[in-house]
Amino acid sequence: MSAGDLRDLYQQVIMDHNKKPRNFREMSDANHLAHGNNPLCGDALVVYLKLNGDVIEDVSFQGSGCAISVASASLMTEALKGKTSAEADALYDLVHKQMTGEEVDTSALGKLEVLSGVKEFPARVKCATLSWHTIHAAMDSDHDISVTTE
Amino acid sequence: MSLDLAAIRRDFPILDQQVNGHPLVYLDNAASSQKPNQVIDAISDYYRQDNANVHRGVHRLSQRATDAYESARDKVRGFVNAKSDKEIIFVRGATEAVNLVAQSFVRPMLAKGDDVLISHMEHHANIVPWQMLCEQTGANLKVIPMTTKGELDLSGLNELLNERTKIMAIGHVSNALGTINPVKDMIAQAHAKGIPVLVDGAQAVPHMAVDVQDLDCDFYVFSGHKMFAPTGIGALYGKQDLLETMPPWQGGGDMILSVSFAHTQYNELPYKFEAGTPHIAGAIGLAAAIDYMHTIGIAKIAQHEHDLLVAATARLEALDGIRIIGTAEHKASVLSFMIEGVHPHDVGTIFDQQGVAIRTGHHCAQPVMQFFGIPATARASFAFYNTFEEIDALVDAIKKVQELFA
Repeated sequence: MSAGDLRDLYQQVIMDHNKKPRNFREMSDANHLAHGNNPLCGDALVVYLKLNGDVIEDVSFQGSGCAISVASASLMTEALKGKTSAEADALYDLVHKQMTGEEVDTSALGKLEVLSGVKEFPARVKCATLSWHTIHAAMDSDHDISVTTE
Repeated sequence: MSLDLAAIRRDFPILDQQVNGHPLVYLDNAASSQKPNQVIDAISDYYRQDNANVHRGVHRLSQRATDAYESARDKVRGFVNAKSDKEIIFVRGATEAVNLVAQSFVRPMLAKGDDVLISHMEHHANIVPWQMLCEQTGANLKVIPMTTKGELDLSGLNELLNERTKIMAIGHVSNALGTINPVKDMIAQAHAKGIPVLVDGAQAVPHMAVDVQDLDCDFYVFSGHKMFAPTGIGALYGKQDLLETMPPWQGGGDMILSVSFAHTQYNELPYKFEAGTPHIAGAIGLAAAIDYMHTIGIAKIAQHEHDLLVAATARLEALDGIRIIGTAEHKASVLSFMIEGVHPHDVGTIFDQQGVAIRTGHHCAQPVMQFFGIPATARASFAFYNTFEEIDALVDAIKKVQELFA
């Protein structure tokens, strides 16, 4: 593999979201929240969620991690605002398929398509999926919950 | 006399390969070292010619296997300069040895309110077994603090060693920082108060000559796979008089003299602690690794690795945006660092694309990471087969990361 492939992984959009993560804040009126940890690399984040019925009214996160996990979390918060929890799960399913090399309808992914570079780096899939696992746990639980990728 | 690196590298067939289109630069030796042909051949020769169970059969193969296994024990004895083969217990690795001492030696004498003393820079293998022991007994885990250079702060050691302290367990060399701890002095200080000491030598034995009689430690533990031997084999050294008093740790075959449903009579040392068929091939591989290290010369190994460390440290210090974690006066060839603004996990991936294998993460030493306020580090660790050209590759890989994340 060459440096070109590294650019596939570290695309401009990913570098931008790593440097300036969107919705990177605590949410005082969150009604769901979950902690996500990747013990292998020390990534740790909190996802805050405000659910109105079934609709994600607001979502934010805080924490630290590698560029892939931070960018993925940031992109996720942008993509999920206003979606229902079922729509969020369906989108995660697409994202995960894309990262594990399955054919997916990229038009449904929008900006999340930049995460496709991860498929060439299997060791990094967990970095990219951490925030998604975490929000899934947050939606399913009405109390503070922890998930790990191990 | 410097090492004949070309000849040495020919002994390690794994080093001669391309990774992601680049020659492999293996700088993850503190995690696990590579194995020379001499070790690989010793293991395969054993399986091709001598394989049988030990200490059992009267047939020829069993005798050969037993002879090879027991001569490996004597080789390990000589390697750490123990007095007797009875003081060398084969185990799966340093982790198992620490657990054995915690449960068999310390647990019977530990009461609620007693102390177990470790240090802030221990590997999880020398933390968790003691933590478990403290939970089982109500004892307290006490920790020798560390300075920002990554050296032990021994100013309060005298107070930490007190009448409640039942064991001190310390690393000889830190896997995350490379620090070589002054264990001989610490042991003398503990012994002055009658406190026994276990030394975790997993990161020391690949780099330096170890003499357990000179150190006067009560227990010394290490793993084979970090010193050019296979995984799954390691050794526990213990002073004979202490081992004699300890109950067996695991029950099974080989550790018994006679068994009836009413009573089992345990075997003598060292077999009392080796329940079940041991890792015979592993022990033979470990002996071959010791022979190999002696052929090259441990003093020469230490010198070359020191030269590599000094050179690599200078090169990294000359770069902008690099923070070296662990700047102790006395270090083994471990270089932990951070690249400003880049998470170590990203560093690891980009390095791998250049064929450079390093460890990124918390190195099973999370308290060390917490001390420095970082989630992880990138760690390059050198063995005697590494070259100065490989330091160039390390520096180039760092520049590549900085370019990509600029």
